[in-house]
Amino acid sequence: MLERSPKPVVEKPTLHESAALHVTGTATYIDDLPEPRGTLHLAPGLTRIAHGRLVSMDLSAVRAAPGVITVLTAADIPGQNDTSPIGAHDEPLFVTDSITSEGQILFVVAAETRAQARAAVRRAVVETETLDPILDIDTAREARAPCAVPGRTMTRGDAEAAIAAAPRRLSGRIVMGGQEHFYLEGQAALALPGEGPEMIVWSSTQHPTETQAMVAHLLDVPANTITASVRRMGGGFGGKETQANQTACLAALVAHHTRRPARLRLDRDDDMVMTGKRHDFAIDYTVGFDDDGKIHGVDMLLACRCGWSADLSGPVIDRALTHADNAYFYPAVRLRSLPLRTNTVSNTAFRGFGVPQGALAAERVIEEIAFATGLDPNTVRLRNVYENGQLTPYHMTVEDSITAAILTDLARRCGYDTRKAALRASNAKAAEEGRVLRRGIAMTPVKFGISFTATHYNQAGALVHVYTDGSVQINHGGTEMGQGLHTKMMQVAARVFGLPQSDIRLTATTTDKVPNTSATAASSGADLNGMAVLDAATKIRDRIRDFAAERYNADPGTIRFHNSEIHMETGQGTLVESFAAVVRQAYLARVSLSSSGFYKTPEISWDPATGRGHPFYYFAYGAACAEIVIDTLTGEYRIDRVDILHDAGLSLNPEIDRGQIEGGFVQGAGWLTMEELVWDKKGALRTHAPSTYKIPTAFDMPRVFNVALLEDVPNRKATIFRSKAVGEPPFALAACVLFALSDAVASLDDHRTCPRLDAPATPETVLACIERLRAGKSATGHGTKIEVPATDADPVRDPVG
Amino acid sequence: MQGSALAAAVAQTGLVQAAPPDPDAARDALTGSFSIVINSAPHQMTVDTRVTLLDLLRERLMLTGTKKGCDHGQCGACTVLVNGRRVLSCLSLAVMHDGDHVTTVEGLAEGHGPDAKLHPMQAAFLEHDGFQCGYCTPGQICSAVGMLDEWRNGAPSLVTDDLSAHPELSPAELHERMSGNICRCSAYPNIAEAILAVSREGA
Repeated sequence: MLERSPKPVVEKPTLHESAALHVTGTATYIDDLPEPRGTLHLAPGLTRIAHGRLVSMDLSAVRAAPGVITVLTAADIPGQNDTSPIGAHDEPLFVTDSITSEGQILFVVAAETRAQARAAVRRAVVETETLDPILDIDTAREARAPCAVPGRTMTRGDAEAAIAAAPRRLSGRIVMGGQEHFYLEGQAALALPGEGPEMIVWSSTQHPTETQAMVAHLLDVPANTITASVRRMGGGFGGKETQANQTACLAALVAHHTRRPARLRLDRDDDMVMTGKRHDFAIDYTVGFDDDGKIHGVDMLLACRCGWSADLSGPVIDRALTHADNAYFYPAVRLRSLPLRTNTVSNTAFRGFGVPQGALAAERVIEEIAFATGLDPNTVRLRNVYENGQLTPYHMTVEDSITAAILTDLARRCGYDTRKAALRASNAKAAEEGRVLRRGIAMTPVKFGISFTATHYNQAGALVHVYTDGSVQINHGGTEMGQGLHTKMMQVAARVFGLPQSDIRLTATTTDKVPNTSATAASSGADLNGMAVLDAATKIRDRIRDFAAERYNADPGTIRFHNSEIHMETGQGTLVESFAAVVRQAYLARVSLSSSGFYKTPEISWDPATGRGHPFYYFAYGAACAEIVIDTLTGEYRIDRVDILHDAGLSLNPEIDRGQIEGGFVQGAGWLTMEELVWDKKGALRTHAPSTYKIPTAFDMPRVFNVALLEDVPNRKATIFRSKAVGEPPFALAACVLFALSDAVASLDDHRTCPRLDAPATPETVLACIERLRAGKSATGHGTKIEVPATDADPVRDPVG
Repeated sequence: MQGSALAAAVAQTGLVQAAPPDPDAARDALTGSFSIVINSAPHQMTVDTRVTLLDLLRERLMLTGTKKGCDHGQCGACTVLVNGRRVLSCLSLAVMHDGDHVTTVEGLAEGHGPDAKLHPMQAAFLEHDGFQCGYCTPGQICSAVGMLDEWRNGAPSLVTDDLSAHPELSPAELHERMSGNICRCSAYPNIAEAILAVSREGA
């Protein structure tokens, strides 16, 4: 059974730190900043072919256009024309010769107004040579194109021998699409030149330190002259981990040359065409198993589309590999990756960072075994989940597995067995009566490794000041993108000082307060920065405590910070002084009331060369159950009910965590169902606005949505107040939606055939799958492939706006 | 990276084929003057006729509470109230609003500063934590205010079964009526709770 702690230490729900600002429209995003005098407005000129060479570029008409102040190209870069975040040197800011994707930057226009800049861009006359593009996974494999980053193999035991020796075996493929972030606030930056080489860049970035470094390299100035700053983002989801750098660099380059402030907010269509997305995967699997549904060995090849540069594809696909087991023990295993370079946008971080893709393949394997053995998929799951002491494919011992308990608990809470029997009966009756609706249900778990696989990223800094009036200001290296990080950090400081949240002020993330920070990513924001804030605040609190002990003759062991007061036991009995009064006295006694804080995650290690190590400090767990109904005439469907049980350790803020779970799940369901990226045959993205790329709306929410946090189960590791990271793991829970759809489709041939439903399971894909099953053909997977003709006469977008 | 065969020798793919006429040539003819009341304050404006109501608010009047999400009328972040009805300000030209009363998120509360009394919808979003990143919030709130007004006046929606009866604000009705406002963080459950709370107060 689940481990219970005797006494929960869960914090009370706390108000979002910017709540009052959000509801009054006064929370400031980058594009809302007051414009400094003389601000220039930018627009980028982009490549319109996916593959070829730049022959010539005549920008004279652009320069002559009304309002244009300057037009800059690669030749105007004083430093490096390179925005590769991993030092691969394969990602120039501006194209100089080779064109390897639509939406690469040729030049940037700076004008007095945004409309002038955008109108001027269209006057460029660009000559190119066109080459055949390699656009998708299949073509890249056939062409044996070079990989974007080296492929990797993870092995434990002899998978081939184990599969061959197993009583039964099967092979298949699961294909899953990419995903557009559609952060509601697009990429935006404002660069303000200062004295000499100094510059401040306000950027909607998840990684201010990297933005600072990119700008410094671009301008060939030391990092100490550049400050990158962000108060909050209007959504990030991984899409601003590296993809904010281009926009920030364009603004900085113009500010550098013109000595005027420069502002750029990408047009939404440009944003969707230019910036990287979630990696799409095609995963081939072979599994050896027995009649009891026990897995003997697994062999997988994970091919993915990386796009035109390496970007973060290496770590993303590593995460897909390390999670291709999801929550299941593979007695013998071989996992290989094939990161393919293609002439499409450079795919990047997106909430889950490869985990949802790897885990989906594991769940398909479970589904296949269930169909092959006739067992309920949940039975197969429970027979294969990790037991503590077992090794992952990367040779890390699992020590905190609670998957079996969560699956069992959730199945009981949501009445899985009873409801499944009822659905089967209602489907049978519908078939008898010739009705078209069919229902399906599925449950999937997640086991999500927490920590950056790049070990050096697992560090964080904070800076805390106590002012003489007793007010507290905190700053840390994490960024706020809606996940509630800043609120949690204020809670940490409030708890240390015994102050209400209203006495804590949190200031914008900025590289001149806390330097050398890691990206706010990998769900690690609260884990890392929370400990750094705790460190800084505790140092100051201890100084105040020591001072108070001396000043008031109190026993240091009895001093408590509580309710804006300091409580002390002295020779004369209990003494209570206000926090502000003691702080004032401490200042007069020359006690330092400011401190930095630092944290590095212990115990972790990772060797990318061997694919072995202890890359994760701990795992976060969860399970979800989805019930859906499909219309077998149209392929349309609706999510009727979702139940989630999720492990956030001792949650720092249950309200925020619930929001992360609901939001992550719905975003994951969007990825697997309605969100479909379509490139035409020439490599132009045809889904470059929400008019053609469907994002879940309120109407797409599950009709019933029960979300519960696992209660009183503290993290076994000493994380911040024994909480667990929660940003990404719930995304992967949405796998149950795909398998519930599959369950409904499978009812059409009485659950004899695994439908091998691929993602995104759009209504068209579901309908095609239904027709395959009805025709009695064995399913082949791969869904439907939409062939989109390319058009030369792409409508030119209105430049005014 | 190496591709396959060279397709065409030299292709003209330019961003435009030829320079367009000077957009400044008929500049005077492209401006329009009109009067408009924004958050109870009257304004006499002269702007380029191509300027949207959204850009007028954000770039001319510094009312940056109204957000630009997609600029295509697809995401709802720019929703404002024009004469009490919800309008996508990115799809609406400013000069079309001569004589109109526009309310943005900044104009919903009564009064200003710390003494301001929040609009019930703002208070409900606060109470029910109806946001994560906050970027869609101004549009969600303005849209919800307009939506409840439509509902109270008996306007049916796509999912209303009985067009002759006053629709009940079921979850399906509410979700359908708010489906023009994307929340990419999917804070929809809390947003819906906030709106339902207000619908019960004022019913």
